[in-house]
Amino acid sequence: MKYVLMFVGSSDDQDAWEKLSKDQRAVAYEAAGKWFEEHSKAGRLVGGAELQGPNTATTVRIKNGKAMVTDGPYIEAKEVVGGFAIVEVKDLDEALAMAKGWPAGAVEVRPMVDHSND
Amino acid sequence: MAGRRRRGAANGRPLERLTTTQTATDAAVSAVFREEAGRLTAALVRALGDFDLAEEVVQDSLVAALEKWPKQGIPEKPGAWLMTTARRRAIDILRRDKRYQEKLVILERSPLSPEPVEADDRLRLIFTCCHPALSQEARVALTLRAVAGFTTAEIASAFLVAEATVAQRIVRAKRKIVDAHIPYRVPEAREMGERLDGVLSVLYLMFNEGYLSRGAQVAMRRDIADDAIWLAGLVAKLMPDQPEVLGLLALMKLNVARSAARFDGAGEMVLLPEQDRRLWDRPAIAEGIDILDRAGAMRATGPYQIQAAIAALHSEAASWDETDWHQIMLLYDALLQMADSPVVRLNRAIALSHFAGPEPALGEVNDLAITLDGYHLFHSARAELLVQLGEPVLAREARMRALELCQNPAERSLLLRKLHG
Repeated sequence: MKYVLMFVGSSDDQDAWEKLSKDQRAVAYEAAGKWFEEHSKAGRLVGGAELQGPNTATTVRIKNGKAMVTDGPYIEAKEVVGGFAIVEVKDLDEALAMAKGWPAGAVEVRPMVDHSND
Repeated sequence: MAGRRRRGAANGRPLERLTTTQTATDAAVSAVFREEAGRLTAALVRALGDFDLAEEVVQDSLVAALEKWPKQGIPEKPGAWLMTTARRRAIDILRRDKRYQEKLVILERSPLSPEPVEADDRLRLIFTCCHPALSQEARVALTLRAVAGFTTAEIASAFLVAEATVAQRIVRAKRKIVDAHIPYRVPEAREMGERLDGVLSVLYLMFNEGYLSRGAQVAMRRDIADDAIWLAGLVAKLMPDQPEVLGLLALMKLNVARSAARFDGAGEMVLLPEQDRRLWDRPAIAEGIDILDRAGAMRATGPYQIQAAIAALHSEAASWDETDWHQIMLLYDALLQMADSPVVRLNRAIALSHFAGPEPALGEVNDLAITLDGYHLFHSARAELLVQLGEPVLAREARMRALELCQNPAERSLLLRKLHG
């Protein structure tokens, strides 16, 4: 079963992150890097990425058959998705165990739709 | 009294008094449902590998039994009757499935009778129904339905919510179990502590809900508090080496043992200090204490055992004044060390007032004013202390505030009497 783990933080977290020194960021990256390395070795990781901030987001909407391009993220919220991982595990409990080990912020766990049996 | 009328109307239909024969049949039917529903669901989940379908067809068979049994009598082998009805229903549903033949073969191979051959499967069922990824309301409803054999309508009337709301909760929860692959298994040892806590909190919530609504007697076929005790007993039987399960069971039994004294002849609520202790069920108290001793012998204390120990001290006291308040306060201290909670602090302050006087207790209660401002029992407790300190005006204000916040009809009626008396 594949799940997407979305690493979420508040916009305050995001601001705090921007203000960190290089060394401080290195420490945080190391913890996240360890997490990716461990699960990658165990064969649970399918993919993932760290995303740049919501200030870099552009949204495309289709309205009346026309594409509208606007500045900013689709969901204007205090919480932002900072990155994600696609994992392949047996069940939700295994995915939750991975999420519990993530070093910072909240993690939203969502199962991926599987069309192979359609 | 207005509260009670509202309560009756919540189901959208008038309440009927049950006749004695109806009650006897109902009790027998409930006993059968309790014993069979969980086993049946577990057996069908195993056979079909489909939690949603298994749970659905068992529910259908219970509803069918409720229609037929009161008229035709309970069949000789009620478990087999329910299993046959559930299987027939499953075949009906599967007929519409494109993999019908394949699934039919599996169903044909499934055992005809829900007799457990191997270890009791209901534990898996309980842990799945109480999975932390489901909402608390869904956990309660699903556990009552799948494990204890409640119908959706009964859950709705017990919790005073619309039947459609309960049905919706169950549908959503089951969809999530299937779609998100919530596993159907007993958790591994390393996660057992946390997951068992989750199960126990569902059972305790169920118990409190049922216990509080007792007395404001609504004709109901089943009593949620009794079923919560039955479920805790089942978990205790299936996991005999878990002292906190026994602690919760003891706590429930000790509370229920006092229930005959909780309401007077006019149906009004009577609080612990004024209760007629001769009405307490002594054998039930002895049983509760015995269960607590068994838990204690395992030498791993926990919050439910401590709360049961507090209930035991109340049960053993000859009167309110002769209660061992000092010991009770020490137990609340122990509870606070495990999990700090403002409600526990409030209870500790009440114990303190009985041997150190109302003044230091009021000081501690006032410290909780911000966190517990929305909790009616905070204002009630404060009012009691203010009365003792000779502050009737402030006491009245506190009671008014408690009344504003209190939803339970029996508790409201008690507050009104205190305000006017």
